[in-house]
Amino acid sequence: MSYILNTADDQKAMLEAVGARTLDDLFYNIPEELRLKRPLKVPEALAEMELQQLVAEHAQKNQVDDKAVCFLGGGSYDHFIPAVVDAVASRSEYYTAYTPYQAEASQGSLQAFFEYQTLICQLTGLDVANASLYEGGSAVAESVLMAHSIHQNRTKVLIAESVHPEYRQVLQTYAANLPLQVQTLPTPDGFLDPDDLKKHLDENTLCVIVQHPNFFGCLEEVEAVGKLTKSSGALYVVSFDPISLGLLKRPGQYGADIAVAEGQCLGNPMVYGGPYLGIMACREEYVRKMPGRLVGQTVDRNGKRCWVLTLQTREQHIRRAKATSNICTNQGLFALRAAVYLAALGPQGLRETAELCLQKAHYLADQLQQIPGVALKFHRPFLKEFTVQLPGNAAKTLERLLRDGYHAGLPLGRWYKSLGTCLTLAVTEKRTKKEMDGLASALRKAL
Amino acid sequence: MQANQSTELLFEISHAGRRCHRLSAADVPVKNVAALLPKEQIKDTPPPLPEVGEIDLIRHFVNLSKRNMSIDTNFYPLGSCTMKYNPKRHERLAALPGLANVHPLQLDASCQGMLRILWEMQSILGEIAGLDAVSLQPAAGAQGELTALLVAAAYFRDKGEQRTKVLIPDSAHGTNPASAAIAGFDTVDIKSNDKGIVDLADLNAKLDERTAVFMITNPNTLGLFDTQIAQITKLLHEKGALVYLDGANMNAIVGVTRPGDFGADMMHYNVHKTFTGPHGAGGPGSGPIAVRSFLAPFLPAPLVAKDGDQFRLDYDRPKSIGRVRSFFGNVGILLRGYFYIRTLGPDGLRAMTQNAVLNANYLLARINGGYEVPHGHRCMHEFVASARALKREKRISAMDIAKRLLDFGYHAPTVYFPLVVPEAIMIEPTETESKETLDAFADTLLRICDEDAECLHQAPHALDISRPDEIKAAKEPILRWKP
Ligand SMILES: Cc1ncc(COP(=O)(O)O)c(C=O)c1O
Repeated sequence: MSYILNTADDQKAMLEAVGARTLDDLFYNIPEELRLKRPLKVPEALAEMELQQLVAEHAQKNQVDDKAVCFLGGGSYDHFIPAVVDAVASRSEYYTAYTPYQAEASQGSLQAFFEYQTLICQLTGLDVANASLYEGGSAVAESVLMAHSIHQNRTKVLIAESVHPEYRQVLQTYAANLPLQVQTLPTPDGFLDPDDLKKHLDENTLCVIVQHPNFFGCLEEVEAVGKLTKSSGALYVVSFDPISLGLLKRPGQYGADIAVAEGQCLGNPMVYGGPYLGIMACREEYVRKMPGRLVGQTVDRNGKRCWVLTLQTREQHIRRAKATSNICTNQGLFALRAAVYLAALGPQGLRETAELCLQKAHYLADQLQQIPGVALKFHRPFLKEFTVQLPGNAAKTLERLLRDGYHAGLPLGRWYKSLGTCLTLAVTEKRTKKEMDGLASALRKAL
Repeated sequence: MQANQSTELLFEISHAGRRCHRLSAADVPVKNVAALLPKEQIKDTPPPLPEVGEIDLIRHFVNLSKRNMSIDTNFYPLGSCTMKYNPKRHERLAALPGLANVHPLQLDASCQGMLRILWEMQSILGEIAGLDAVSLQPAAGAQGELTALLVAAAYFRDKGEQRTKVLIPDSAHGTNPASAAIAGFDTVDIKSNDKGIVDLADLNAKLDERTAVFMITNPNTLGLFDTQIAQITKLLHEKGALVYLDGANMNAIVGVTRPGDFGADMMHYNVHKTFTGPHGAGGPGSGPIAVRSFLAPFLPAPLVAKDGDQFRLDYDRPKSIGRVRSFFGNVGILLRGYFYIRTLGPDGLRAMTQNAVLNANYLLARINGGYEVPHGHRCMHEFVASARALKREKRISAMDIAKRLLDFGYHAPTVYFPLVVPEAIMIEPTETESKETLDAFADTLLRICDEDAECLHQAPHALDISRPDEIKAAKEPILRWKP
């Protein structure tokens, strides 16, 4: 059998040492009537070559790369992944290690996570970052649980409708049985209007959540929203796009108390939605309410600088029902990938990546707007994603464009009833003028 | 051999003006940034990230990697974590562009191959569980627990029943009570008896009409199969409550018995354990849940559905609890689990379990006597020894043993968990280890408990660092580098 080393002789000797006659005897404490008396109904074993053929056949049926150019975003992006990221992450010393519980045997990962935490602080302008959460959606939910443990007697959560619809759904699901009221604030103009927000803020408001740039691609009035939120005593939670911080002001600068993000864009493949990387950073004063693992610096018994998991009394294995979160396994390997990615880009690389996205997205927006009946839906500044309005149902057009070799965007009608003719497109630094011109002419024909 | 690049931080080797990754020039007409973005939104200087060249970056992280133990370099008998070999073929296959580059929101028609694998995985996990419906969405075991408890809550709400309690054995993993709390339940501890399994009297005393769910890990964290399981599930069902199986220990029972067959109504898998997703020094995982059909309407959306020969994501689930994360799930880990199951087949899966249990029992037999093993002479896929007597007689703690093992090139077992065994040393060898490895490890363990206590208190001696000051780390937290 594939990965089992025990030969028949080994098994015999081992059973003898144990004092059992057969392998079945080892299961003597499973009552006979509860045992499965037949083989599992799963497909027969495959040799490596057979498996490879089978999987390659399935993979072939997925339209990716040049079979269909990707203009999809919404939290998952086709950014370029430098080879150094894969080279580091494919070191088995990293990817086949467990959580660094034994510090002496895990200094490599611990230091890499400490570096990741620092990089996220540098990126966000906030004081502390944890060593990862699952992904962008549950990171939003975790930020609300965290806010609730900071302000236990406030219960109203305000979230802009321009936040990723799936993140909002995750929040609703997490909050379903907790003493929290989640209120969604409409964003008819493509962003949260601070004047609207003002009407809903009161002393029961726990936190305000915006995404910046938001699901439509538009920038939010982050500064004004931050000021209002602060003045009501609520916590300010921002879900940001890490790449955008090559150009945009950092959450720490405009008053965010907790910043969360989907970190897929930092060197991680799209692979149909996961594993990704939940990023979370916050102000120093809230660190003891943070979910997830934290790596800290200390010294060993000889005074040598080293790293350990720390502030663990927040966590489930110690605090159990009173823990700040239930998270145990996190997304360590993707935190490592993000660290390598950020270090590989450096400040200039991040800036240039963001600028390329910005320029290309605006180029495509210009091209699409020249098509009769196509217009930008919102009159708001945008960075790498934008929303256009088509003359008819966007979902239908998408199917047509897929046949022409384009994943042309997200049909907003799926999440927003009133936006059935709208399409949100994402343009990363990877998209070429040729691809964008091709999409524009395909859309022109499709309409 | 000295590798300085790995003891310095990235930020300390940063050198202004260096860089690794370069981008191509824009192939579109370039506009002034100030014309595209409002001034007040822009930051003039990018974040102060480190500036390093490619070879520095690579040396840094490659040298750092050498300061880790890992499955590929060391025997790693970490109890409850199922640290089995991570097959290399999985990495190659998961990286195929036709899988790695699929966007989560592309149209169903454009990712039929992906949907097919995921659909198959749903049915395979249902079959192994002996349960009817599967959601692949949860990102890890803990999120699987939360998801299933939210499903339970929605089910009882739908029935108009007020149930507020979740019962959890004291030997359970910390994620169980933590998940129950987020799902809005009060948690009630159930004692273990002197055999290390559920104390039925205590369960009976605490079980009532307010009980929603009993979360049981079976085999439990002591590596013991609870022989009373049929009786337990019957008790729960008579009170109208549900039984949840924490499936972290599935490596002990795959193909031998099925949770659905012994009365569980819902369970999670840790695909990263049982079906060998690489743990990545902390994650990712994947924690699918399986449930009985009457709970299926409440599962998170979407599930993969099959119409004729076409696969699609089914979002039309009006009673669904919603979502616990964005997008489909931790697909990269699900793929690896699928590859593993397809490689092993039905006989291979059973052999996996049998040999995992054989290896654990053999190791137990080898060290029993040298170490106290409080709960019996036999085990399932893991067992828990105790350094209680060693501590009393020789001042040698479980931590000392763990640290000393590192000197001999072994990763330490899990220590101080489960909480019900003092000075716990939890050992799980897995099926992918050989008798020679187990023998050498047993010899080492036996040798260590005869060593001088002082030597053990100072261990490890052979690694770069020894006994970090954890109190200092928590008292004066330094969680980031500062210039
Ligand atoms: C018994 C048990 N239950 C639950 C979990 C939680 O699983 P995960 O770490 O995948 O969230 C673990 C893993 O550490 C475990 O050992």
